[in-house]
Amino acid sequence: MIKFVNVSKAYPNGAVALENVNLEIEKGEFVTVVGPSGAGKTTLNKLIIAEEEPTEGTVLFENQDIDAFNSGQVTRLRRRIGMVFQDFRLLSNKTAYENIAFAMEASGKSDEEIVSDVPHVLQLVDLQDRMFHFPGQLSGGEKQRLAIARAIINQPEVLIADEPTGNLDGKNTMEVIEILKKINDLGTTVILTTHDQQMIKAVGQRIISMERGRVVGDEQKAQVKL
Amino acid sequence: MFWVRLKRVIKSGWVNFRRNSVVSYAAILVTTITLTVVTALFVFQAILNAGIAQVQSKVDIAVYFTVNAPEDQILALEGNLQKLPEVASVQYISADQQVLAFRDRHSDDYLTLQALDELGDNPFGGLLQITAKDSSQYDAIAQVLEGNTPIAQDNSQIISRINYSQNKEVIDNLNSLIFDARRVGLVLTLVLSLISVIIMYTTIRLTIYMARDEIGIMRLVGASGSYVRAPFLVQGILYGVFAWLVTNLIFFPLTYLAGVKLTNVLGINLYSYYTSHLFSVSGLVLVIGVLLGMISSLLAVRRYLNV
Repeated sequence: MIKFVNVSKAYPNGAVALENVNLEIEKGEFVTVVGPSGAGKTTLNKLIIAEEEPTEGTVLFENQDIDAFNSGQVTRLRRRIGMVFQDFRLLSNKTAYENIAFAMEASGKSDEEIVSDVPHVLQLVDLQDRMFHFPGQLSGGEKQRLAIARAIINQPEVLIADEPTGNLDGKNTMEVIEILKKINDLGTTVILTTHDQQMIKAVGQRIISMERGRVVGDEQKAQVKL
Repeated sequence: MFWVRLKRVIKSGWVNFRRNSVVSYAAILVTTITLTVVTALFVFQAILNAGIAQVQSKVDIAVYFTVNAPEDQILALEGNLQKLPEVASVQYISADQQVLAFRDRHSDDYLTLQALDELGDNPFGGLLQITAKDSSQYDAIAQVLEGNTPIAQDNSQIISRINYSQNKEVIDNLNSLIFDARRVGLVLTLVLSLISVIIMYTTIRLTIYMARDEIGIMRLVGASGSYVRAPFLVQGILYGVFAWLVTNLIFFPLTYLAGVKLTNVLGINLYSYYTSHLFSVSGLVLVIGVLLGMISSLLAVRRYLNV
């Protein structure tokens, strides 16, 4: 489904984020990408949603070169991928309800679907009482759950979660893991990037290890050196 | 789907406008300043034109006829002059009217009136007062009367004198003054409008700069460029509409006061002018405000859409 072929990424300041990465992620997989800060995990995610372009190599989504997509194709690609960002990236001027509704409106869902689905997904992430709160009025864990709710509302084919438990305590971390597992059980491909040991132990059938922009390990639930 | 999207875009623009109230106030304030400058320049042009018209109306060419000039020939000349495209009006004052006016002017001057009585006959000839459509056209009219033209040749025997030469300097000065005033008015209009537009564009750019992260997030969750851009367009329109309302709230009382107090000084009732030109002046200002708001928003958002 997603394929990295000899992908390298260097930023304009000269920092090399990825170096000759080759990867293939199949439909329905739960992949955990692990590695220390600066390993290139976030850049990997950004390349999949076309937020960044590779300096060399090709990133393929269903055998199509993402880098060659025009603006409309990028928009359609992003509607098929749900993304949970490390820093949440919620719309601060919109309530929890509106943040999720916006993702549905953007993908052309009807008002009826929005009215029916948004409360349901908020209930799923236990935020039904925070529906009309703005992100600034939510705790870190609530923001993270809201970001997950927004990412899954359009039933994406791929869910990318970038350090989703970075700001959460143990209880909230386990809750997020459970949500991700459930989503994967429903057939969604999940790509989780983390350096959280608790999370690595708890999830992932396949674990890809990265260091300094290179893939140094790709195993099925094996010992991971960090 | 179009109407659903339109409804969502308008609602979103309105909600953003309300929730970012501080930013909206700032944008409306700056847009109001722009529209106030534009409206003030319209009013200034009206005052300038009224002043020019007032001065122009006081200038004319007077053709004095000999005492014995036959009236029918004078009236024929009047008819010919009225046919000239440069001529706005020609007024004939007969010799009898002239002497009556003279007596009226000197009603307190017994000696002058006695001297007039002793003359016996009316010493005045008839007079034609010619007003041009534009003060720059007096020269052409004088040429018709004094130059080598059929009109001049046919009437040279009955014309005593033409006062154009005496008034020429005044008329030339007036023409140069009008030209300068219009040029200054135009330059002032262009410069002030440009400055106001730049300030307004910069302010709206700043308001959108503050929303640049949100624009990026919207793109990343799958919103198309046009769907992200449209609510900002609505906000730009709202800045224009609200600023237009505030501008009218400023100009209605101001022009009313000017109409009551300054009509004689300015030569124009500004309140009457403003209300009678409400649709043209105010409508144009509304269009300018809305267009500026929209264009500024479009240009400012474009830069942050490439995510």
